[in-house]
Amino acid sequence: MAAQRIDPVTSEVFGVGQGLVIDAEMTRGEFTLRVDLSVPLGEVLGVLGPNGSGKSTLLNAAAGLMPVSRGRILLDGQVVDDAATGEFLEAAERPVGFVFQNYRLFPHLSVLDNVAFSPRARGGSRHEARATASRWLSRLGLAPFASRRPADLSGGQAQRVALARALAGSPALLLLDEPLSALDARTRLDVQTELSRHLSNFGGSCLLVTHDPLDALVLADRLLVLEDGRIVQEGTPAAVARRPATEYVAKLVGLNLYAGDVDGAKVRLRDGGSFVVPDHNQHGEVLVALRPSAVIVSLDQPHTSARNTWPAIVVGLTLLTDRVRIDLEGEPSALVDVTPSAVSELELTSGSRVWLTAKATDLEVYGADVPTGTGSLSSHDR
Amino acid sequence: MSSLATPSRLSRRERERRGTRGTGSRAVPVPLLAPALISVAFLVLPLAGLIVRAPWGNLWSILQSSDASQALRLSLWTSTVATGVSLIIGVPLAWVLARTDFPGLRFLRALVTLPLVLPPVVGGVALLLAFGRNGFVGRYLDQWFGLTIPFSPAAVIMAETFVAMPFLIITVEGALRSADVGFEEAASTLGAGRMTVFRRITVPLVAPSLAAGAVLCWARALGEFGATITFAGSFPGRTQTMPIAVYYALETDPDAAIVLSLMLLVVSITVLVTLRDKWLRSGSTP
Repeated sequence: MAAQRIDPVTSEVFGVGQGLVIDAEMTRGEFTLRVDLSVPLGEVLGVLGPNGSGKSTLLNAAAGLMPVSRGRILLDGQVVDDAATGEFLEAAERPVGFVFQNYRLFPHLSVLDNVAFSPRARGGSRHEARATASRWLSRLGLAPFASRRPADLSGGQAQRVALARALAGSPALLLLDEPLSALDARTRLDVQTELSRHLSNFGGSCLLVTHDPLDALVLADRLLVLEDGRIVQEGTPAAVARRPATEYVAKLVGLNLYAGDVDGAKVRLRDGGSFVVPDHNQHGEVLVALRPSAVIVSLDQPHTSARNTWPAIVVGLTLLTDRVRIDLEGEPSALVDVTPSAVSELELTSGSRVWLTAKATDLEVYGADVPTGTGSLSSHDR
Repeated sequence: MSSLATPSRLSRRERERRGTRGTGSRAVPVPLLAPALISVAFLVLPLAGLIVRAPWGNLWSILQSSDASQALRLSLWTSTVATGVSLIIGVPLAWVLARTDFPGLRFLRALVTLPLVLPPVVGGVALLLAFGRNGFVGRYLDQWFGLTIPFSPAAVIMAETFVAMPFLIITVEGALRSADVGFEEAASTLGAGRMTVFRRITVPLVAPSLAAGAVLCWARALGEFGATITFAGSFPGRTQTMPIAVYYALETDPDAAIVLSLMLLVVSITVLVTLRDKWLRSGSTP
């Protein structure tokens, strides 16, 4: 098996090809992850999913830390893992850079030696490796910390060192596991901006795993949503945010989502209730997305031109920074955002009976062209 | 109306202690105190006796007498070599026990730690049966290479290694088991092969436990008696180590026995002090 060596001195991405291609199944105990994806060179694919959806398994398989149980993985056109033929390229031989969730910086090595580790392990002399590491450290503004131990770094600095260490090996594929989750809210934004810049300069494929929708929206060129080991949605960040395919994504981006059957201007919702929507002569299964701020709350039944009004009971109130999110049960149930003053004027508490109003034009109706088996759609679990 | 018991008095210091620590009374109940004191006396009195009876005046001259200094030197270098041998062949075994999985692994682990509980003299007999002139290995060493192991310094080293190496192995194995494999995974994604990972990541991360294991191993080797005297005998200057010298000197020259014992006591105390909390607690954190 031909181990692809990368020149440790230059930061050139090796070879030209189609980047990362995974069409495989990964099994870990009872859990199976089934994915079919490709990440062209220069693209950042964000993988979004709840805990236990298989995100880390995906990264481990791409890195060569675990083999696939079916299917195969290609990197720049070369097979690195194939369950059918048994071919498997060990992690150490793959041109991969991995930024781990908790960075995993080697505690016994200085920052410089951490970053020099990969160029050295990939065959460079100690001198060359350190020179490469120094270049990466200055590129990421880390030169003053070269002689420090990882324990003496702040969270943001450690994150940058981890990135430098992964990039110093000149990988063709960069894997990022929750790159910002270990940071506090304040440094997070700075590091996010900076990471975004470095990712757009990176010429290889990048697979970024996160459960934070904001990270995914800012850092990724394209999004892929994993749930229970299956891809449930794929698309640009904007498309995913506007038209979520599952309850999970809808919650992440803060939308109400309903599944139902449309017949012209009327959508009969699967969990009870119905909506009047703009008539586009659609028929069949659809999803309806509704912004929480687009719903109006009143105590008496309103007499308006808006044709979607329905009664509901308040079951919960949560203060967000500048508004109150009300959890309402009815047909259909909904999350609604109002101002704190509206809450006190209407004297809303848990158990209050109110009327909800939504304009037909505020309802985003789209085809449920989602992979089958997304059972979570129908359960509006509260 | 209930009446309270008469209050006792708390010293100012005790008040401060309870105030800052927030703990209650630390007074020891009498039924526990008496046996505890007896056990302290039992453990400490003999050692105190050793110090009291020591011929402090001519300590130096006794130490320099040929038998004593020979035994001291022999003990020091053989236990150091035994520790070196244990590091070279024991650490890889610890890695195998901690990181691999194969049928019989648990049995192998039990077997490896057997010398910890085996009476050393049994170890000596076993070594003799294996490597003695008529032993099932020793016979061929003798026939083919003209090598005779028993009653040589090599036999001393083998006996010490046999008894002391398990201390190193279980210490290092425990550290390897609890070490974070995440660092090793990280190293392999950075292009390091298995051996490079072992050398540059695994070993440095368990270095504190490695040192602790080596010190324990060395101390155990230094005190080895039963296996050594059985397998290597007691030839002054060749195989007579400190503990053996103490045993024989007790009949002929009690003062020398006391001085040598004192030496071993000092070594033991030094080991304890060196290993205190930092190393004895637990491995992986540097």
